[in-house]
Amino acid sequence: MNKTDALHLLEHESIRIIREAVAEAERPVMLYSIGKDSSVMLRLALKAFFPMKPPFPLLHVDTTWKFREMISFRDETAARLGIELITCSNEEGLRQGVTPFSHGCRAYTEIMKTDALRQALDSRGFDMIFGGARRDEEKSRAKERIFSFRDGGHRWDPRGQRPELWSIPNLTKNRGESFRVFPLSNWTELDIWRYIAHERIPVVPLYFAAQRPVVERNGQWIMVDDERMELAPGEMPRMKLVRFRTLGCYPLTAAVESRAATVEDVIRELESVRTSERAGRLIDFDQAGSMEKKKQEGYF
Amino acid sequence: MKNGNGILRFLACGSVDDGKSTLIGHLLHLTGNLYDDHLRILQEESARIGTAGGVTDYSLLLDGLMAEREQGITIDVAYRYFDTPGRKFIVADTPGHEHYTRNMATAASQCSAALILVDACRGVLPQTRRHALICALMGIRHLLFVVNKMDIAGWAEHVFRNVEAQCGLIAGELKHFGLSLAECVAVPVSALHGDNLVALSQKTFWYEGTTVMEWLQRIRPRARMERAAPRLPVQYVIKVARSGNAWQNGVGEKVRNWDTGTYRSYAGTLVSGRLKQGDRVVVLPSGLRTRVNEIWCGDLEVQEATAGMAVSLTLEGEHDIVRGEVIAPEDDTPEVAHLFKAQLVWMDEQPLYAGRHYLFKSLTGTATAEIIRIRNRIDPATYQRLAADHFSLNDIGEAEMALSRPIPFDPYHKNRETGGFILTDRLSNKTVGCGMIMHAMRRAGNVHWQFGEVERGERAAIKGQKPCVVWLTGLSGAGKSTIANCLERKLHGLGRHTMLLDGDNIRHGLNKDLGFTEAGRIENIRRIGEVAKLMADAGLIAITAFISPFRAERDMVRRLLPHDEFIEIHVNTPLEECERRDPKGLYRKARNGEIPNFTGINSPYEVPETPEIRLDASISSVEESADVIIRYLIDHNLL
Repeated sequence: MNKTDALHLLEHESIRIIREAVAEAERPVMLYSIGKDSSVMLRLALKAFFPMKPPFPLLHVDTTWKFREMISFRDETAARLGIELITCSNEEGLRQGVTPFSHGCRAYTEIMKTDALRQALDSRGFDMIFGGARRDEEKSRAKERIFSFRDGGHRWDPRGQRPELWSIPNLTKNRGESFRVFPLSNWTELDIWRYIAHERIPVVPLYFAAQRPVVERNGQWIMVDDERMELAPGEMPRMKLVRFRTLGCYPLTAAVESRAATVEDVIRELESVRTSERAGRLIDFDQAGSMEKKKQEGYF
Repeated sequence: MKNGNGILRFLACGSVDDGKSTLIGHLLHLTGNLYDDHLRILQEESARIGTAGGVTDYSLLLDGLMAEREQGITIDVAYRYFDTPGRKFIVADTPGHEHYTRNMATAASQCSAALILVDACRGVLPQTRRHALICALMGIRHLLFVVNKMDIAGWAEHVFRNVEAQCGLIAGELKHFGLSLAECVAVPVSALHGDNLVALSQKTFWYEGTTVMEWLQRIRPRARMERAAPRLPVQYVIKVARSGNAWQNGVGEKVRNWDTGTYRSYAGTLVSGRLKQGDRVVVLPSGLRTRVNEIWCGDLEVQEATAGMAVSLTLEGEHDIVRGEVIAPEDDTPEVAHLFKAQLVWMDEQPLYAGRHYLFKSLTGTATAEIIRIRNRIDPATYQRLAADHFSLNDIGEAEMALSRPIPFDPYHKNRETGGFILTDRLSNKTVGCGMIMHAMRRAGNVHWQFGEVERGERAAIKGQKPCVVWLTGLSGAGKSTIANCLERKLHGLGRHTMLLDGDNIRHGLNKDLGFTEAGRIENIRRIGEVAKLMADAGLIAITAFISPFRAERDMVRRLLPHDEFIEIHVNTPLEECERRDPKGLYRKARNGEIPNFTGINSPYEVPETPEIRLDASISSVEESADVIIRYLIDHNLL
């Protein structure tokens, strides 16, 4: 990679962000969602502290509805790197049987993702929490700071954000308050894939086209990943050549028809694609200003 | 590999309604950076809530917060990304409203170029000039005045030339102000219709310059920092015990086989210049001299690092270097100082006064900072330096400051990374301002600080307070001394340095030679007034409790002190009540003719006509009276 390449500059900026946050943190942690962005963020963390292991654990909020391939990839990755992995679920939510089917997309996300995350952060007192969100994903993310202050209730105040001047973040806080830190803020989806290609970073195979069992719902392809998927009367899964642009809970993540079977194929596809990545994320569209509201409640 | 020409960060600014968001939205569209689903939502929204009248309202694309879309204004900086074959662009769309100037300064601190929107029909506005100044002040040297809405101006050349000339004047004035630009040009466009954004328009056949996109492609944003002196502020110290389990899996023997017990490298971003293996370096402020051993870039060892690279260095010998120290070449070091003159941008609703303390943070460390003196405020519309004793929200000006410890720095005009700093409030943790270091205050021009006399304001500043004289006047037995005592106790509890002057410590000492004749009483008050003034000059809050019956003497003391520092308080207890209380039995003696010239009985009391405070006789409690005074002091910025 040439020193003047955009990718090179993004890489170095992100490493700088990660180091700054860790230097001022008491208990840092990295949210690891198993997706491509998390994979890139993890690689940057390894580079930031080489030859030392990153001085923080990984945290995965497991809704129990992730694709099975994601879970095996997660465990392999943690084992290969020898990094501590904390997984947490909202046990109360599980006991009450909260699923995307029973409670609807919005309540399910609130209970199984946002609440679970808050519980995990509170119980362990994490004060600097890395997330792989990018500003090009969604409108309210475009407005969020790289070092995003959260009050004692993990709430984001979009109108009271601290200014970020030069590379000198104000990371002062009181006990109980925290920061969400987004080292990939300035990366785009294409940057992520170009970096994965350049660095040969392993990612979950679901990102690449293969024959998978899917059903069509509201014009989107939903994969039937296990027997818990509730099928409508007469609905029959069929095999289709699809891949995922983004990964989340399988009933809430739509696949796209694609022939891109390798990283290079994916990059070529993205260079000509005409729709955005989160078009396949059902939870972003459940109400107007959806992401901003979720973030105010503590969602990443 | 794509975008081989790196990244350009630029901001779009200008007055409200000059079309910033429209410009950026349209640029995104014209460069193929808008996805179909975004465009579809945008067109739906344009039809529903748009203000462009039938045409796509691109501003809806950028105003991402719910409040912004509801109110139709930009509140916060939005970041957008363009990918072009040549380079990647990060654009900050900044609020035009004056109230959000701090957000603009924030965006400008990270940008290399600025597009300043000007409405062709309205021409240069005060806000245009304000934004040009902030951009230049924050170190942006490439300004493009985008003269927008040329379609409404009928594509008339003379309209554009007129605005272009106004913009040229701004550049001249900025230079005169001490901020020289590398580039300052104007381009006629229609952000709504896209003319001259990426392709030259037929409608401006008379225009021979570049399009907005061409101009953006040509800038070399990193050249300046690459030429500047090498600086590596240590961000994090990487330490791994040789036999421990903190090594990353797969780290080679060469790295692990460290000759001492602990592997140690200094991680940080080389913010400017170049650094090679073997370079002789000095570490500041400690002054340690050593040599660069290895340079690591992630898990790759490199021979040389250049500006912008996040690296880690191993150094020759064993040292204990901490976060915030700067590694620099031996023959080109930063300055180290704790007294500075700096340009400040004030970002807090609470005004800044000299004497206040804040937390200072720069790349080279943190310290407690005290604002010693506010030198001037800059009028952003005229670029004049005006006299000022405080900064309000969004004010820009020059101030002198003292840090609790010396830190390494470069003047901001030489290095944007090591010359900038932020100030945060130690209680609220808010970022209250940012600054650009101009120079240290110890050179010939500033001998004042080393040899000059200590000034009045400095004595107060070191105590972190504003001095004043609280002058209580009223009849004997009115309660002056009791209230004064209570007030002093409360101020003391607030951490203020005070001194109470009353009959006990004055009549028995300094003024024991004076009698109670009219001349004696006048001299008594004159001396008390002079002593109170000295106390205030020393930076104290002086409280006096004397009958001081004559208006002329009280006014004489008032004239000794700066405006607003004399607080006259009439303790307005009626004579009957004082006589009823008669704590020292003086009224009884006076009535018996034993005391001549007793105020209220056989000598007059001249009631103050316009005291700062008249304590209501109906307020019985001493506490309440003292609280009224404290409230006054707070309201008048004396506490």
